[in-house]
Amino acid sequence: MKNDHEALRATLREEENDVLEGWLDEARVSEPGARRAAKAEGGELLRQLDGVLAAGGDAERFEASEWTPLRDTLANLSRTRAAKGESAGDTSLFVLALKKPLFAALQRRLADDPAGMARALWTLSAAVDMLAQHTVTTFQQAREDIIRRQQEELLELSTPVVKLWDGVLAVPMIGVLDSGRTQMVMEALLQRIVETGSGIAIIDITGVPTVDTLVAQHLLKTVTAIRLMGADCIISGIRPQIAQTIVHLGIDLQGVQTKASLADALALALKQTGWRIERTA
Amino acid sequence: MDRIPILRMGDILLVTIQVDMQDQTALQLQDDLAGQIAKTGASGVMIDISALEIVDSFVGRMLTSISGIARILSATTVVVGMQPAVAITLVELGLSLEGVRTALNVERGMEMLRRARLENALGR
Amino acid sequence: MAADPTGTLPLLSEQNIVASRQMVRVLCQELKLSLVDQTKMITAASELSRNALIHGGGGRMRWEFVERNGRRGLLLHFEDEGPGIEDIALALTDGWTSGNGMGLGLPGSKRLVNDFEIQSAPGAGTRVSITKWK
Repeated sequence: MKNDHEALRATLREEENDVLEGWLDEARVSEPGARRAAKAEGGELLRQLDGVLAAGGDAERFEASEWTPLRDTLANLSRTRAAKGESAGDTSLFVLALKKPLFAALQRRLADDPAGMARALWTLSAAVDMLAQHTVTTFQQAREDIIRRQQEELLELSTPVVKLWDGVLAVPMIGVLDSGRTQMVMEALLQRIVETGSGIAIIDITGVPTVDTLVAQHLLKTVTAIRLMGADCIISGIRPQIAQTIVHLGIDLQGVQTKASLADALALALKQTGWRIERTA
Repeated sequence: MDRIPILRMGDILLVTIQVDMQDQTALQLQDDLAGQIAKTGASGVMIDISALEIVDSFVGRMLTSISGIARILSATTVVVGMQPAVAITLVELGLSLEGVRTALNVERGMEMLRRARLENALGR
Repeated sequence: MAADPTGTLPLLSEQNIVASRQMVRVLCQELKLSLVDQTKMITAASELSRNALIHGGGGRMRWEFVERNGRRGLLLHFEDEGPGIEDIALALTDGWTSGNGMGLGLPGSKRLVNDFEIQSAPGAGTRVSITKWK
């Protein structure tokens, strides 16, 4: 086993430039700026691969700690490419393109040792395959992270917490209420309640298409948290169909005040906070 | 072991929890408060937890116990300043803090205690 | 100051429970978890540490940073060589609204984390493993 690693390591160290140039040709990176950047990336990968082999890394145990720096570099590579909008396929092709120039270099170096060459090529192939696979999984994760971040930003824009009056906040919920979304709204709403010292929060669900047991649960969690902190809550925008569903499903609203319209909720909130409105003319 | 100090403001006892308490410290606080309420005849107890970043079931039970004990001794308890992350966690944990009154901050808490004292005085 | 990627803390006294909360806070900050996620993880750790001490007769908390699909996470194990849990299924049931806090508080802790695993049998001790992903 040691021999295969020796040959591979020697190749990585002594023929780094040639291997890199061959790699970039194979990966069809021709534009000078991109080529420079890719060459730097590639050089880093080759040096780390050498480091892993020196530390006794084994492609069969890719999760081991010797492989960590290399895995991190690959993860970064994926993330950057994902952010640029490249595909998972292209990214893994970039890594796999490393095989051809390294194969060629090993073949030249071990021309007199066919058995050794076979073993070295096998080690190389196994290692590069693992690298490419890791790139793909981290790529997918990076993509999901980007999408999730974009969704969160969109969510923040679409669920603003507004101050309706001194001590009265309102948040219009729009769209399907899942646990992630409810969590976000809950956090934002609770934070604003503390910041403004508002005693009442109105959650308007006019824009929520359906309320089932799960959605009701999420809403009730939010209400409970608000009450735990010492404020109160009114749910408004309950359409007749939703009221029917709630009764039909036997959902216990646990004494939460509800109003059909935001206007009614505001009127109730004002009354409860000691305000009275008078018409002057 | 730290002992949480209890301040007296008129007939209100004020406690500010600022340390990550050991279980024993919480139990000691419960004891001390019960003793102080009885000794001073306080009508209200305010527990400020605005500096508490973690409220687990033990602290939760302590707050519930203090509320119950105070009520028996004719005093009202209000817990103020619960952090949003704590509220969210308590809900997920399933701790309802049944019987514990809460207020957003010290100001509102005092208002609540004043009103409670008034209502008690009027025999309601 | 970076924390060690793995380690063990004894759970043999009340001070140890406080120490475990503090350790988990450091680890969560290392992982850059959000404030809410940190609070949930530390609270879960507090519950499980106390279980190991009070119900398990003392034990330990082991931690390690883990990775799955490019995501980093914090894995905590709470172990004791105590009497073990006879009916795990029962210990894991409750409605989320029940809140008298009696018993082992396992369902509550489970809701606070992403992955939850428990191994226990009468006379064989208990190990609860929880993970929070970034």
